[in-house]
Amino acid sequence: MPEQLAFAMEVTLNGLMAGVLYALVALGFVLIYKASGIFNYAQGVMALFAAMTLVGIMNGQVPFSHLINAMLGTEIHHFGWHVPGLLAILLTVGVMVLLAWLVQVCVMRHLVGQEPIILFMATIGLAYFLEGVSDLMWGSEIKTLDVGLPQGINIAIEDATYKLFDYGFFVDNLDIVATVIAALLVTGLVLFSQYTKQGRAMRAVADDHQAALSVGISLNFIWVLVWSVAGFVALVAGIMWGTKSGVQFSLSLIALKALPVLMLGGFTSIPGAIVGGLIIGVGEKLFEFLVGPMVGGATENWFAYVLALLFLVFRPQGLFGEKIIERV
Amino acid sequence: MFYREAGDFKTSYQGDSQTFPIKFDRYRYYAVMAFAFLVVPFMINDYWANAILLPFLIYSIAAIGLNILVGYCGQVSLGTGGFMAVGAYAAYKLMTAFPEVSMFIHVILAGGITAVVCVGFGLPSLRIKGFYLAVATLAAQFFLVWLFNRVPWFYNYSASGQINAPERDTFGILITGPNAPAWATYLFCLIFLTVCALIARNLTRGMQGRSWMAIRDMDIAAEIIGVNPLKAKLSAFAVSGFFIGISGALFFSVYLGAVEVGEAFGINKSFLVLFMVIIGGLGSIFGSFAGAGFLVLLPVVLKVFGVDVMGWPTDIVAHFQLVIVGALIIFFLIVEPHGLAQLWRVAKEKLRLWPFPH
Repeated sequence: MPEQLAFAMEVTLNGLMAGVLYALVALGFVLIYKASGIFNYAQGVMALFAAMTLVGIMNGQVPFSHLINAMLGTEIHHFGWHVPGLLAILLTVGVMVLLAWLVQVCVMRHLVGQEPIILFMATIGLAYFLEGVSDLMWGSEIKTLDVGLPQGINIAIEDATYKLFDYGFFVDNLDIVATVIAALLVTGLVLFSQYTKQGRAMRAVADDHQAALSVGISLNFIWVLVWSVAGFVALVAGIMWGTKSGVQFSLSLIALKALPVLMLGGFTSIPGAIVGGLIIGVGEKLFEFLVGPMVGGATENWFAYVLALLFLVFRPQGLFGEKIIERV
Repeated sequence: MFYREAGDFKTSYQGDSQTFPIKFDRYRYYAVMAFAFLVVPFMINDYWANAILLPFLIYSIAAIGLNILVGYCGQVSLGTGGFMAVGAYAAYKLMTAFPEVSMFIHVILAGGITAVVCVGFGLPSLRIKGFYLAVATLAAQFFLVWLFNRVPWFYNYSASGQINAPERDTFGILITGPNAPAWATYLFCLIFLTVCALIARNLTRGMQGRSWMAIRDMDIAAEIIGVNPLKAKLSAFAVSGFFIGISGALFFSVYLGAVEVGEAFGINKSFLVLFMVIIGGLGSIFGSFAGAGFLVLLPVVLKVFGVDVMGWPTDIVAHFQLVIVGALIIFFLIVEPHGLAQLWRVAKEKLRLWPFPH
C-alpha cells in the first residue's frame, strides 16, 4: 500500500500544479469582473491570441499572410528575422494593450449600463471574433512556443522523494516555474491594487461606478487599464499553457476550465481564484486516479463542473465571494 | 394602407384574443403555411433539404426551446448541446428497441425523456442564479456528452462508438436512413416545428408564460406576488427540454443519420443555438425562426461568396465566418439588444402608420 499512497501523493502534487495553471486563467476573469462587472468569456481566447502573437512575432511571421496571399496571389510568409523572447514578450504586451483599448472603444463603451448577461454574451461574441482574427492573422496550425522556460522532469525532487518513499515523484519543471510565476503575479497584482494610485482607482470603480466618476476617476482609462492587465495575465497563461501543450485552438478552451474554478472560489476574490484552482486541480486528478478506472476514465472533462455545481447548491456565492443580497 | 386594425371588428372574445389580431398578419401567416406545406414539398431537392431547409427547421425547434428558457424565463443555459444529445440517444434507443412503432411517437417520447433530464439539471436553478447557473448548465453539457461517449449501452455496443439511424417509417413513408425522400423528411420536420411553435406561442401568452416572464424580470418580486418559482422555473426547463429533445432527435435521425456525440452535440452547438436566440431576439417566437434562419444561411452564403465567387481557400472562409458571427453578435447587442424580432416589430409599427410619420 505505501506504493499506492506515494502514487496518490504524486497525483495530488501534480494536481496542485495543474490547479495553479487553472488559477492563472481564473485570475484574468476575476480582475475584469471585479473592476467592471463583466464576466469576460473571451479570456481564454485572449490567452490563445496572446500566445499566437508571441509565436508569430518571435518567428517573424507576416500577419494575415495567408489572407494576403489568397487575395493578391502573392507568396509571402516570413519577414526573415527572429525576435528574441524578451523583446517579443514586450511587443506582445503592446499588442494586448492595443487590443484592450480597441475592446473598450468599440465594444464595452457602448454597452455601459446593460444587464450583466448582455455583457457576458457580448464577450462570447468577442471570443468568436478574436478566435477568427487570430486564425486569420497567424494561421491555425499548431505551433510550438519556446521562450526558454525549463521543461521536463525535475531530477532533484525525484531523487529526494526516492530516498524518502522508494518511489521517485514525477514533477515537471515547467509546473514549478508556473507556480513561482503565479505567486509573483498574484503578489504583484495585490500590491498594485493596494498601493498604487491606479490600483486604488480600479477598486473604486469596482465598488461604485458613479461615485468613482464623481471623484474624478476616468472610467474609460480604468477600463482600458483593466483589460490591459487582463490581457497581460492572459499572455502569462498563454505562455505557460502554450509551452506545455503547444499553441493551438484548444488553448481557448481553458477558459471553460476556469469557470468552475471561479464558481468555487467566488467571482470577486483573487485568493478565491487561487484556492478554487487548487481544489479543482487536486480534485479532478485524484478523482480520475481513484474513481476514473471504474467508470471508464476521462472524468476530467466534467468532474470540475459537477463539483462546482454541487458546491454552489450549498454556497451560492462560492467560497470567498461576497454574500449575495437581493432586494426588491 | 392595408396593414391596419381599423375596420377589422372583433365580435367575440375569441376573435379579440387570437394570435394574429391584424387581418394582414393573419393572411400572411396562412399564406406562409400554405407555401411551406403545399408548394415547397413539390419543389424540394436533396441539396436544398440538407443544406438549408432541414437544419433551419430543426434549429428553429431548438431555438424556440432555448428561447423559452433564456428569453422568457431568464435562466441562461449553456447545456443545449447536451440536451440535444439526450434527445438523439433517446430516439436511437427507442428506434432500435421498437422498430415497428411510428417515428412520430419515438420523437415525441425522446422529447419527453429529455424534458425529464432537463428538469433534473434545472433543479439547481432554484438556488443558483445568473452566471452561476450558466456555468452550472455546463456541467450538464460535459457530463452528458461524456456519458454517451463512455457507456456502451447508449450506443448499443457498436464498435465505432457512433450511432447510426436505421431506416424507420411513419404511415408507410420512409423518414430516416439514406433512402428517405427529401420531401418526406422536410414535411416530417415541418409538422413538428409547426406544432412546437403553436404550443410555444400559446404557452407564452397565457398564464404560464406570464409567470415565466415575472420570474425573468425579478424573481423575488414574482415570488411575493404569488408566482411559485419552483413550478415556474421547472416548467420552463421541462418545456424547453421537450423542444430541445425533439430537435436533437430530429437532428440525429432525420438530418445527420450518423452521429458522433462529441462532434455533433459539443459545447459549440450550445453556443450556436444561444446565438440564434440572441440574434433572433430574446423572448420572441418569431425571433427564434429569424435567428435560426440567419445562422443557417450565413455559412452557406459566405461559402458561396468566398469559395465560389472569390476563390478563397475554405479555411480562410471558415475563419471569416467566426469573425463575422462574432462581430454580428456584438453589433446586435449594441445596436438592437432585442434582436431581429425587434427590427421586425419596429417595421410593423411603421407600416401601421404608413404613409403618415406619426
